[in-house]
Amino acid sequence: MLTFTGKGAAGGIVIGRISVYKKGAKAVKRYHVTDIEKEVSRFACCRAKAEKELEGLYEQALKEIGKSNAAIFEIHKMMLDDEDYKESIENIIRSEEVNCEYAVSVTADNFAQMFLAMDDEYMKARAADVRDISERIISILQNNSTDNTHMKGIVLADDLTPSETLQMDKDKVSAFVTVGGSLNSHTAILARTMNIPAIIGCKMDSMEELDGKEAIADGFSGNLIVEPDEDALVFARQKIMEETEKRNLLESLKGKESITADGKKIKVYANIGGLSDLGSVLENDAGGIGLFRSEFLYLEKNSFPTEEEQFSVYRRVVQTMGGKEVIIRTLDIGADKKIDYFGLAEEENPALGYRAIRICLDRKDIFKTQLRAIYRASSYGKVGIMFPMITSVDEVRKVKKISEEVKRELKAQNLPFEDVELGIMIETPAAAVISDDLAKEVDFFSIGTNDLTQYVLAADRQNPKLDNMFEEYHPAIFRLIEHVVKNAHENGIWAGICGELGGDTTLTERFIKMGVDELSVSPPNILPIRKIISECTVG
Amino acid sequence: MKEIVYTIKDPLGIHARPAGLLVKAATAFTSAVTIEKNGKSADAKRIFGVMGLGVKQDDTITVRIEGADEEKCAQELNKFFAENL
Repeated sequence: MLTFTGKGAAGGIVIGRISVYKKGAKAVKRYHVTDIEKEVSRFACCRAKAEKELEGLYEQALKEIGKSNAAIFEIHKMMLDDEDYKESIENIIRSEEVNCEYAVSVTADNFAQMFLAMDDEYMKARAADVRDISERIISILQNNSTDNTHMKGIVLADDLTPSETLQMDKDKVSAFVTVGGSLNSHTAILARTMNIPAIIGCKMDSMEELDGKEAIADGFSGNLIVEPDEDALVFARQKIMEETEKRNLLESLKGKESITADGKKIKVYANIGGLSDLGSVLENDAGGIGLFRSEFLYLEKNSFPTEEEQFSVYRRVVQTMGGKEVIIRTLDIGADKKIDYFGLAEEENPALGYRAIRICLDRKDIFKTQLRAIYRASSYGKVGIMFPMITSVDEVRKVKKISEEVKRELKAQNLPFEDVELGIMIETPAAAVISDDLAKEVDFFSIGTNDLTQYVLAADRQNPKLDNMFEEYHPAIFRLIEHVVKNAHENGIWAGICGELGGDTTLTERFIKMGVDELSVSPPNILPIRKIISECTVG
Repeated sequence: MKEIVYTIKDPLGIHARPAGLLVKAATAFTSAVTIEKNGKSADAKRIFGVMGLGVKQDDTITVRIEGADEEKCAQELNKFFAENL
């Protein structure tokens, strides 16, 4: 048994035989040509052919992997048609009186070098794009158009270009493993879109002798295990079974509404903490985003994030969700999640201290910047805002007044925005108790069970000595949730749960029977919860 | 001549996709369009040139547009930057 380790670029685990992929283009030789014009026109002709091939690939990609992923082939076409690129090749042919394969190959190296010299990982990875288009021309010139359709099983290659990846038969290929490559490579992105496990940067001295051998490719851990022993196989089979179950569940639920057996629609939304979570939100078919923690925008910076910075992030999330609701929670920091530039003082009891909405109402400038950015993002889809740590009706009225101010200002500046649902987190005992009064002020409630639990039980979540207090759910929490949901419904608004309790599948049926309208959970919990919902009844 | 000064807001900067879209947008006009960043400049109709500038978030670029349809072109590109970058 031999294990090679790379980075998992696309999840999934398979057992299969390795087939080593060899590039279509042969080594390029340099030779002298006498008829230079003929060589230049040979280049023009093959370049045009390559462009045609890319058009075909673009069409295929549009159908298989969607418009935004297909765009890479459109960009490749532009690269092929780039004046600098063409000029460089023609110049080499003319000035050195050489064959065009050589000119293309030298040009490819020069342009790739330009990208490799850039101080940005993403741009460095673009060298692969230059090589891809150049190899395409060269293999046309050499008259050996690559046929990748026979590749099957675990495809092992030095590196794969996006077009090589796309051209392989998805029914035969079970995984991609490359020795080179980066997580930013389009191949990694394509593999994820095509749902094929991929490992990249899998270092090995020589891959020839691995051809035809049995192996496990684990796209989660990034391990390629060649000639695995029985233990490794048992483990892999177990994981494959779990994955298959999940995938089947997804297939049966994807695109369908979450409705209980007796017909009540339940929103099953995702909790996210940043842009990197969006992939799993889509993968697990979330109905929307029920809790977008905006803190990362502040934690990542050394100074307050500007309105534009925030706007571009919110807009991206809203656009990615394509019309599905995105509920953004306004800044929830305090002395426990400390950010230096806020200049917050040390506190004896941070959980009970100066935090969240308490800071926002005090520092209106910070609050308004965030609200402006969120409202502006609302013109790109469906947006909701929720406010954390509310304890009184007065706070809610203040928040609403500031929101109105923001809307007036945006209107005066001719900046577009749409209607936004305003809701509050129910996470303090006070808010839960007076939820009948609060319900008259807002559009929805989202119950934050983590904080609610620690405040109701007067037990610090961070203190390991108190862990046993959280082992079993306290009935007080459930009574409060029931109370909040009832008050919401009596006042014609919806109520959801966005804390960890919402993701506990053993409680889903109980919550549905209580009348909870929305469960916002971490993405991997979405499908199991939807399955339970489809099988239970409210009544 | 028209000039646009713009600060990139997209966290990834002018990456492959917007670079492609930018070239497409600029090529639709006959005017010459150049992009300058820190003294380095590139033809906006050439994708390698645009990507080679390595424009990142918070970089300020100056776009110069010169030609018969510069008015319309500047309008379009202004819109393009606001929407995509």
